Amino acid sequence: MTALLATQSLSLRFGGLDALSGVTLEIPELSLFAVIGPNGAGKTSLFNCLTGFYRPSSGSVTFDGHDITRLPAHQVAALGIRRTFQNVRVFPRLSARENVLIGAHLRASASPWGTVFGTPGMRRRERALADEAEHWLNYVGLGDKANVLAADLAYGVRKRLEVARALIARPRVLLLDEPAAGVSSVERDELADVIRRTWESGVTVVIIEHDVELVMQLAKTVAVLDRGRLLVEGHPETVRNDERVIEAYLGRRRR
Amino acid sequence: MPRESKDLAAPSEIAPTALSDVEQPPASGLNVALSRLPPGLPVALVALGLAAFLPALVQNTYIVSVAMQVEILMCLALGLNFVVGLCGMLDLGFAAFFAIGSYTTGLLSVDSHWPILATMPVAVVASLIGAVFIGTPTLRLRSDYLAVITLGFGEIIQNIVTNLNQTGGPEGISGIAPLSMAGLTITSTAGYFYVFLVLTVLFTWVSYRVRRSRLGRAWLAIREDEDTAHAMGIKVHRFKLYAYMAGSVYGSITGSLYGAAFIAIAPPSFGFSESLLVVMAVAMGGIGSIWGALLGAGVVIASPEMFRQFASARLLVFGFLLVLIMVLRPQGIWPETGLGVERRARSVARYVRGFARPESRRSGEKAP
Amino acid sequence: MTWSVVVPDIVAGLFLGAFLALVAVGYSMVYGILRLINFAHGDFYMLAAFVSYSLLAVVTVGTKINWGNVVWVGIVTMIAGGVLAVAVERLVYRPMRRAAVLSVMIAALGVSQVLENGVLNIPGWGSNYLPFPVTPPSTGFNVDGVHYTWTQVVIVAIAVVLIMAVWWIVNRTMLGTAMRAVAQDRAAATLMGINTDRIISLVFFIGGALAGAAAVTSSLYYGQINYLEGFSLGLQAFTAAVMGGIGNVAGAAVGGLLLGILESVGTGLFGAQWALLFAFGALVLTLWLRPTGLLGERVAQRV
Repeated sequence: MTALLATQSLSLRFGGLDALSGVTLEIPELSLFAVIGPNGAGKTSLFNCLTGFYRPSSGSVTFDGHDITRLPAHQVAALGIRRTFQNVRVFPRLSARENVLIGAHLRASASPWGTVFGTPGMRRRERALADEAEHWLNYVGLGDKANVLAADLAYGVRKRLEVARALIARPRVLLLDEPAAGVSSVERDELADVIRRTWESGVTVVIIEHDVELVMQLAKTVAVLDRGRLLVEGHPETVRNDERVIEAYLGRRRR
Repeated sequence: MPRESKDLAAPSEIAPTALSDVEQPPASGLNVALSRLPPGLPVALVALGLAAFLPALVQNTYIVSVAMQVEILMCLALGLNFVVGLCGMLDLGFAAFFAIGSYTTGLLSVDSHWPILATMPVAVVASLIGAVFIGTPTLRLRSDYLAVITLGFGEIIQNIVTNLNQTGGPEGISGIAPLSMAGLTITSTAGYFYVFLVLTVLFTWVSYRVRRSRLGRAWLAIREDEDTAHAMGIKVHRFKLYAYMAGSVYGSITGSLYGAAFIAIAPPSFGFSESLLVVMAVAMGGIGSIWGALLGAGVVIASPEMFRQFASARLLVFGFLLVLIMVLRPQGIWPETGLGVERRARSVARYVRGFARPESRRSGEKAP
Repeated sequence: MTWSVVVPDIVAGLFLGAFLALVAVGYSMVYGILRLINFAHGDFYMLAAFVSYSLLAVVTVGTKINWGNVVWVGIVTMIAGGVLAVAVERLVYRPMRRAAVLSVMIAALGVSQVLENGVLNIPGWGSNYLPFPVTPPSTGFNVDGVHYTWTQVVIVAIAVVLIMAVWWIVNRTMLGTAMRAVAQDRAAATLMGINTDRIISLVFFIGGALAGAAAVTSSLYYGQINYLEGFSLGLQAFTAAVMGGIGNVAGAAVGGLLLGILESVGTGLFGAQWALLFAFGALVLTLWLRPTGLLGERVAQRV
């Protein structure tokens, strides 16, 4: 399978801190790819570089063969790469439905005439979009909460809302930053279900996760980051038993 | 360009999870139609009906002229609402666009004898140029810096029109032609009351449509979380400029008609105090909400008038009222999230109790 | 146009700058700790000026200046300014801690209206320009043909001393560290055991006291007071604080000084009516070159 999203010697420095050092990764198309590693390993920094939130100090990011290293975030989004955030950034004072609708920004009609005068064509498109928003809210199990303000939703519910908001954009790649963090085991299983269904429908999924269970369940390939470097990449079982990985998480054994 | 991924499963194939039983809406067509209408519309229609008969009901030119001032501020507030309310940018110099509209119309009318309606497109273009010129370099700044720059822009425009001979200097321009269209020339206060009433309705309708469109949603996203808005594919900087431009259009159109209505315009009407009045209307009414902007304009104009009985202390009373409203109901009288009347009584109690409780024990405080 | 033509303007600007700096530091500190543009701050200054006016009017006999009176009135005025600021903070801003910043700004506007119109309606005060009861002597010295008075020197010295004292408190004491902690992350500061309410009140007190000092010195300098002078000065102080880098004592001081000089030089070069344009032009230029202000912190470059 060809690499859809790839990095080449990606490095990111903040003052004296190397958040990422020479990370070279290939994420194949249609894969379900997990990125794991201890806290501070650079996983979210990696996502930020992939999506144009941070400009890397050196190295490159390619998407479908094109260099997207220096693209600003909104252009990366326009290419079909969507993400969720570790600290769940939904739009708090907007309803769940409006949150999802904003995810479809690039697909919505932008005609000024239609906007101001409410032409039939415009109305039709808005209604289609509204139906789609409803579909995606149902897909993640939030159908009855469409009118609730995002700020009033529980944490786990907001996480699902973020996913719906990303999915309405029909992305090619979905980057999920710790989707299972802080949720109950019931919610985690529901989320895993949503993730698997999404992947099965043809979206390349990349997850950052700490939850080993979830990673083992879902991922086909796992990459391990530690202190900004790529330690190992491969099949979940292989990675789990790799000494370097164990050492990174648990520390070196005293002999 | 993104290739669409395979069609994701249709809704009927996905069973909603245990926590969510999808509600069935009532089936009747009328119910569905009514639920699509904006909230508060019945009230607004009643108000509109009453307003339409105001000059006839109240045989008092002064009251009609105050009502007209309310309408003018409503129009300005709706414009500022795009910038401050929907897009979340702090603009303290909105009077600049009002001035650009007024002076463009004034100058073309008095110097070149253009009919008012013909001057309006020119005024709009002038204000758009101003908006793009100021907005492009500054809208990316932090809100406090943006506040100062927009404040400065307002002061500079007022400064310019006060000091240039071409704009009539400190005395301004007088002898602006009245508005005439379709053979009808409007010269009375009541006449302009209706002109501004129509403008208010028009602006409200457009605001409502914009709010429900992709443009309005993009602005809200920018207001709530700019970085995440970027991640949605929104070209944040461009959309901020659109908001500023939309506001400028509302401001300049209102300004043009203002000149026609009052025959003469002078620099003192276009200063920081005036910009603040518009900000007050939006904030007191409810930031982001259309009804809020209208209501806020009403309160801002009507309160000092109602307090005339206090003579020179009326602004003092107005100041107290302003503080009281903002402290007890900071989200404004009619915010986006609705009226929530039952909460008002509780907020007074909360204010009083707040004196006894140290900060460490206050619940749900957001970090700055 | 030789250099020496501009010098008197620069000197005059220095004094204006001294007053602006005092007010700007207070404005900036309040902004730093609450992210609030306190529109009422200039009116704290104005009310303090009126307080000092009334006190001096009562105790001044004859035309000979009694420096002892001036000193204790000055101190009382500073305390009054501080108390006023704290009162407003407790009554208006503290209950609004969780509200949107715009709403608090409007409340500040309301406070400004109350203060201005309050002064307007108090008998003996009112809307006229009131001459200050004390006129400083014009004894001084000459440099390059320009006359400088000792009073002017003392005024600048007072401003410098006060601002340096505040800078020292903010940057060299535990109290100042607590202030900076509260400014950066209020919740975390609470967790450290810092009484954030008290720190915030203290910052307001300092701001109000500085405004009080500015009020007494500038009233002495310009010889008259008016109920509307606060608002305009407040705006200029805010502009100065932004230009210097808001939230930052040294920045506000430098900004104030610079703005004073710019306005004065602008008036001299282009006439009073264009001075404002000149000053704002300088502001825009500054922000364009250094988006966080002259002494503002460098914000990390995000894409």
